[in-house]
Amino acid sequence: MLEAWEIFVKLGDRMVLDDVSFELAEGRILAVVGPNGAGKTTLIKTLNGTIEPIYAGGTFLYSSDLNNRREIVFMSRSEIAREIAVVAQETETRFPVTVLEFVLAGRFVNGGMFGWENDADIDAARLALADCDLAEYGDRLMNELSGGERQRVVLARALATNAQILLLDEPTANLDLAHQAMMFQLVRERCRSCDASAVVITHDLNLAAEFADEVLMLKCGKVAAYGTPDEVLTVENIKNVFGVEVLLDKNPASGNVRVTNVF
Amino acid sequence: MLGAERLPLLSLSPEQASILYDIRLPRVFLAACVGASLAVAGAGLQSLLRNPLAEPYLLGVSNGAALGTLLAFWMFSMFEFARPIMAFAGAGLATIAVYRMAKSRAGMNVERLVLSGVIVTTFLSSVIVMLTTLLDAAKLRSFTFWLLGDLSQATSGGVYLSFGAAIVATVLIASQARALNLMMIGERDAADFGVEVSRVRFIVFGGASLAVGASVAASGSVGYVGLIVPHVIRMIVGSDNRLVVPFSAIAGAIFVVLADTIARTTIAPRELPVGAITALIGAPLFIWLLRKN
Repeated sequence: MLEAWEIFVKLGDRMVLDDVSFELAEGRILAVVGPNGAGKTTLIKTLNGTIEPIYAGGTFLYSSDLNNRREIVFMSRSEIAREIAVVAQETETRFPVTVLEFVLAGRFVNGGMFGWENDADIDAARLALADCDLAEYGDRLMNELSGGERQRVVLARALATNAQILLLDEPTANLDLAHQAMMFQLVRERCRSCDASAVVITHDLNLAAEFADEVLMLKCGKVAAYGTPDEVLTVENIKNVFGVEVLLDKNPASGNVRVTNVF
Repeated sequence: MLGAERLPLLSLSPEQASILYDIRLPRVFLAACVGASLAVAGAGLQSLLRNPLAEPYLLGVSNGAALGTLLAFWMFSMFEFARPIMAFAGAGLATIAVYRMAKSRAGMNVERLVLSGVIVTTFLSSVIVMLTTLLDAAKLRSFTFWLLGDLSQATSGGVYLSFGAAIVATVLIASQARALNLMMIGERDAADFGVEVSRVRFIVFGGASLAVGASVAASGSVGYVGLIVPHVIRMIVGSDNRLVVPFSAIAGAIFVVLADTIARTTIAPRELPVGAITALIGAPLFIWLLRKN
């Protein structure tokens, strides 16, 4: 479980996050939406402790491994990595790293003797690759993959960890339709089967409506709306935050709210 | 006694024994230590800085050590250990300077890093040139030869020190090999997955400065070893630093021992600076590697 209270982050002279709070229970998915520059990526970096807020009521973690709740700013990098896995926006590799080596980076904090992976690490990595439709890709080089394939490898690396919390920064940006759905299904499956929870940044409001349990809408670092998809994804909120007119109806297949642009 | 001679190892004359044990063996051993140190420093810096071109010689680390050694040579020549200590300090300061210059508010990019390395290298070179003009003729000649990479001054004290530095640096950098595998992908990624980035940086920079400082103090600037050796090793074993670091140490040792043998024998009884040989082999080899990939 993840709790963030009153987070304020300043980068340079700009207030990037201005009083952001939310609570995420086990097994649930939170979608973070908002225009470019709204502070979504900064929020994820703050949640895993790589950016320090100027003021915060606190970012707290509870999990089965931790006996009590811990505040992220007081945890070491390896303690955080045991609890939280990040799917960052695309990373570029300058050295010829194989897909399997890349995914094994997710097992860093499980490091065995002398920093070599054991069979459990390799199994976890292979399983994660298979889940992401990449079973045959283990020996391929990262810089020979397409953007979408690389993005799935980055997801596989996060799934190869034992983390209870997944933070995903635009995980579907380069993916085709089938793999967009696969990505969210994998995240949801992980949340259901391991009581994990996920924070997903996405620009696709319809994917947010389909897969998220809660939506946090940011505008210029402030929370514009926070609640269930039905509560947050309203014509007024979208007009106010994104400045565009939309039509809302129900997705005929799932019954969830559906957003259509009006051009 | 000129040229090669078959030695009866079990019944050496006192002169033969003295040449073998006091001159040749320390020199071969020193060459191996220097090669291992430079190759390991190169392998570590390349992964840490995510740049296959990072090399102690290109990043100003060698010149920092050279300036430190020159100052020791000039001011504290009576203390045997002044040279390695000042060389280490010089290497460390140059590394910190390059790193600070390369790091901007937006983080560090490779172009800035190489540029900073070039600036620090050329700046330190001119300081070295200015200071050498103040040396007297005899000191100047020995210093210039040393600057180009010279293993002929091998003393047992220097050899022990280089050996110690090579071992400590290799262990330090190899101990961070798995963390370096993650840093190689990206510092942010590494931090996300549990690497204490600043600690790894400190250990690897420290290890590399120690290795380069000790090598430069013992043998001057032997270029290209830190660039070529890890490159060739990566082509053979892949990018995993847990293999690259130890194999680079071994291959670097072999490379410099061979280069020094060539330096010592091609125009015997005169000698070529070993740094000239490593550059003569290294530069074309590097161009070939670049074109091949």
